[in-house]
Amino acid sequence: MAFTAFSSQAVVEQAPRKRSFIALVLLLPGILYLVLFFLAPLISLVITSFQQPVLDGDVGEYTAGFQWQNYTDAMGEYWPLVLRAFGFAIIATVLALIISYPIAYFIGVKARRWPLLQSLLLTLVIAPFFISFLLRTLAWKQIMSDEGPIVQFLKTVAILPSDGHLTGTTFSVIFGLTYNFIPFMTLPLYATLERLDLRYIEAGADLYASPFTVFRKVTIPLSMPGIVSGTLLTFIPAAGDYINASRDFLGSSSTAMVGNAIEANFLVLQNYPIAAALSIVLMAVILIIVGIYVRRSGTEDLI
Amino acid sequence: MTSAVPAKAFEQASFEPSPAPRRRSRLRGIGLPIYTALALLFLLIPIAYTFVFSFNDSGKLNIAWQGFTLDKWLTVCNTQGLCEAFGNSILVGVVSTVVATALGTLIAIALVRYRFRFRSAISLLLFLPMATPEVVLGAGLAAQFLTLGTEKGLLTIILAHTMFCISFVVVTVKARVASLDPALEEAGRDLYGSPTQVFWRITFPLLLPGIAAAALLSFALSFDDFIITNFNSGSVDTFPKFIYIAAARGIPAQVNVIASAVFLLAIVIVVVAQVSRAARAKRLAKQS
Repeated sequence: MAFTAFSSQAVVEQAPRKRSFIALVLLLPGILYLVLFFLAPLISLVITSFQQPVLDGDVGEYTAGFQWQNYTDAMGEYWPLVLRAFGFAIIATVLALIISYPIAYFIGVKARRWPLLQSLLLTLVIAPFFISFLLRTLAWKQIMSDEGPIVQFLKTVAILPSDGHLTGTTFSVIFGLTYNFIPFMTLPLYATLERLDLRYIEAGADLYASPFTVFRKVTIPLSMPGIVSGTLLTFIPAAGDYINASRDFLGSSSTAMVGNAIEANFLVLQNYPIAAALSIVLMAVILIIVGIYVRRSGTEDLI
Repeated sequence: MTSAVPAKAFEQASFEPSPAPRRRSRLRGIGLPIYTALALLFLLIPIAYTFVFSFNDSGKLNIAWQGFTLDKWLTVCNTQGLCEAFGNSILVGVVSTVVATALGTLIAIALVRYRFRFRSAISLLLFLPMATPEVVLGAGLAAQFLTLGTEKGLLTIILAHTMFCISFVVVTVKARVASLDPALEEAGRDLYGSPTQVFWRITFPLLLPGIAAAALLSFALSFDDFIITNFNSGSVDTFPKFIYIAAARGIPAQVNVIASAVFLLAIVIVVVAQVSRAARAKRLAKQS
């Protein structure tokens, strides 16, 4: 400290400006990158969503305009897909939460005494990340196929009619979405439950609360940050997903979600304005839902 | 713990030591581990399936089990375009990881260490890419490339992947920066270390575990990304895109071989990292 004492005056005078200059140097490249490749694309998506076709132009040729009609056209044609996307995403998120909570509780609370077991179980939770998401979904398609063991079994016990299928149904799409996002739900839940102070639970039990009441009034509220980030990490990608619902994977044309319509319009039909309008609708609804949800659950500091 | 003792005493003194809750708790005692084991097994089913079917002696379609063979492991690159797609995935993953990790680490340091204006706007800009569905990110970039007339290819894939990795790097590294004691850097400055010396010899080594974790996460995100890639790749294939296209007509077993090999490698990396961390913790515990 003695060394800086000599120059302390100069340092004090320069400090604030110099500091904010360093911050600028550190922030600028990354922030500029996000402005150019995240913010600007969102703006061009908005612009594209209002474009109109070129008169006598080829397929896929559009010009700047203010075609509000793109939105009404898109919603008129695809509103069932939008509803389905959010319905499927909500069901899959709730199922993933119900399935993941006990896993996270066991690893984060019960397995605390055995760190080696804890890290082994965590590795198993993240193991699906190391194999392609598409391949995992395709593996389920094969397992649930008409010749597969599950369908054969369900038919012999007459749960499924003899001409029934599992793939290509609402069930298989929601199943796939739930399966694929369980690790995204389990990890944040684990992160909060792992730090849960067990003395609060003991205190609840000491005050004669039943295990269920302790769970409802102590454990759940204390693990709220994990529940919020887990549900967001599941709900957002699930609402925009189009792999599970795709015909080549677990879905059929009757299970298509809004993501399927965006992909088809953008990459196949070259109907960019409709794809852009659907993307903006999807993004807007997600932001509204997330905004309300985050505010109501009281954890606003996400980054 | 201390409060549990009187509670136990009360319980014993009470007139009706009801056996029901105790039996339930004993049942829950084994119920939860069994449930966890079954749930984890469920998570691993598709992985086991993929691995087993990489040894299937199948023709073009790898659906029914035809018998065991090692052929597919030995002839991986015979499938047209597969190894090229895999190579593209590695290239894209490495380049976008390096760029995203560098940019994200700088932002993380700035967020923890410095005060600046527009802080909440910058936080929002960092949070939004994580709250935007991939299909919107992909379509947005594709719309921009379309407007600019940029031809889609490896470069556009790399630009896209770097974008969605930055925020995840920031979140990961930020936690590490926040746990760093500023006194260590101060000591370096007091000993006449120049800012660059202080950064490379003190800050960077201390941040390295966080940076490494962020880089691994970035690479995993990039390597497995399909949706954003699909919108911005043009005619270039990556490994996931190859799978998506092949899914329409049937996946060759060689795809399972690559996926299984990558899986095994990743598991080895994770286990080595965990074992070395445990060993370091033990060593530190011994020292103190």
